[in-house]
Amino acid sequence: MSAPAIDDLPSGEEVERQLERSRRRRGFLLASPAYFYMVLFFAVPLVIVLVYSFATRTRTGGTSLSGWNLDAYRRLSEDFIIDSVVRSAVFALITTAVCLLVGYPYAYFAATRSPLVRNLMLVAVMIPFWTNFLVRNYAWRVIISTGGPISSVTETLGLGEVDLLFTRTAVVLGLVYSFLPFMILPLYASIERIDWRLVEASRDLYCSGWKSFTKIVLPLSMPGVIAGSILVFVPSLGAYVTPAILGGGKEALLGEYIVNQFLTARNWPVGASLSFVLMTVMLGATIVYFRSGGKNL
Amino acid sequence: MSSSANPRGVTRFLLAGNGGLVLLFLYAPIILLVIFSFSGAKDPGVWGGFTFDWYRDLADDDRVQNAIGISVRVAIFSTIIATVLGTMAALALERFTFRGKKVFDALLYLPIIIPDVTMAVMMLLFFTRAFDLIDAMFGTRFAKGFWTVVVSHVAFNIAFVSVVVRARIAGMDSTLEQAAGDLYANRWQAFRHVTLPLIMPGVLGGALLALTLSLDDVVVTQFVSGPGSTTLPVYVFGLIRRDVTPLINAVSVVMLVASLVLVVASLAAQRASEGRRRRDLAIPGEEPS
Repeated sequence: MSAPAIDDLPSGEEVERQLERSRRRRGFLLASPAYFYMVLFFAVPLVIVLVYSFATRTRTGGTSLSGWNLDAYRRLSEDFIIDSVVRSAVFALITTAVCLLVGYPYAYFAATRSPLVRNLMLVAVMIPFWTNFLVRNYAWRVIISTGGPISSVTETLGLGEVDLLFTRTAVVLGLVYSFLPFMILPLYASIERIDWRLVEASRDLYCSGWKSFTKIVLPLSMPGVIAGSILVFVPSLGAYVTPAILGGGKEALLGEYIVNQFLTARNWPVGASLSFVLMTVMLGATIVYFRSGGKNL
Repeated sequence: MSSSANPRGVTRFLLAGNGGLVLLFLYAPIILLVIFSFSGAKDPGVWGGFTFDWYRDLADDDRVQNAIGISVRVAIFSTIIATVLGTMAALALERFTFRGKKVFDALLYLPIIIPDVTMAVMMLLFFTRAFDLIDAMFGTRFAKGFWTVVVSHVAFNIAFVSVVVRARIAGMDSTLEQAAGDLYANRWQAFRHVTLPLIMPGVLGGALLALTLSLDDVVVTQFVSGPGSTTLPVYVFGLIRRDVTPLINAVSVVMLVASLVLVVASLAAQRASEGRRRRDLAIPGEEPS
């Protein structure tokens, strides 16, 4: 239906464009307080870290910003730093593997229950996640302490005293405890929406239970596996509180090493370059996460 | 649920066993911590008869009281600021297009994925540089303290609030706001009476997440707090690193109860505002969440 009379008026597109412009302005005004805040207190600090990573440490432990150089990055290849990076990566990998091994069956079991049990099982995982992170790690410190509950149980069983405190096992235990919900929730989300008719069909075609699991359920839940693994691996890699409380700081991990560069060793350029590298790794992992469809979980 | 999805026999037994062990693993430490906070022994992990001593000590400990006060004030200030700014950002991102939107969007994702330690380093270096600059320009020397902690907490909380609120707006029907406009509501009225009640569960959820994160934070706060602005987690973290005492058990239980109260409050608040919204608007065909 055409309306020739309207063509003579200046309105039409012109009015629409003005409306659009005013909408854009309102949108910007609405965003501007947070925008301004994030630029000043997030983007600018990020740039400052980058600048510091090219700076030089002065003899007094201060930082000289004149004469940019790559010394801090070159120092990252020193044995001590490489060791702590590798050690952190190994801890994070073990943590991820343990979470996956324990979390997958849990998520699978939850996803195949009735709606009521399913929700209860999920809430049960969520509640510890909401409780204070520091307290959760401290709780383990109490449990594995010398003469604490775990060693008294093993002693009663005749296994002798187990001293877990300040060991690698304790750190992994703490990391698993801290990040297990991050593994279970995406796994559950991806298993829950599997079309079970496919499993049924495979069983009808004489697939064994195990085979239909490895050929159908596991591949279909792969986005959840990837998402959960990244969500556990990434925070484990940069963990600081858990190793400090349960590892006793005997072996420096990445997070702790960075903190020490700022609070005790006062080598800010090295600390800055290392935290920048850490952030880049996280960003890379996040891109993989989104690519794998993690955003939809 | 089809029968082939439901595991039977040994598999089922193993799965159920694993489920039970996971729950034991998740809850035993917390329950034991609560039990040991009432233990009379000097070692925090040894049972030595029932006592309230540690809670009594806690009530007399000025430094703990002080740290609790600072934590609560930091959490309240940073939550209010982050909730207002984060909600505005969420509305702008979901409902409008504007110049620099993509950059803003990315900027709001970063604080969620950035490691604690990097965030802490960023804020420390920023305040150090900024205070040097202000000193050089105006001759006034600022120091790290209460407000540097609040500013840092807001910097990571805005992102979390906006993510939660955006999720809520995305699942919302925008025709309701248009209907309000058609019925001669001005922009403010449409926002106040239609949009805000609709997004309220998201705003409350975001605010409670911000409150929790603020009360939880150790690493960032440790870097940006000055003398006299030590929050409870930073104080407790310091205590733990020196030596563990039953007093820490008691403080931990207080923190635990506080976070559980927050979770329950958040669930109750979301439910209440859902209910109110339902009664006010009676949207047909929408699933309760």
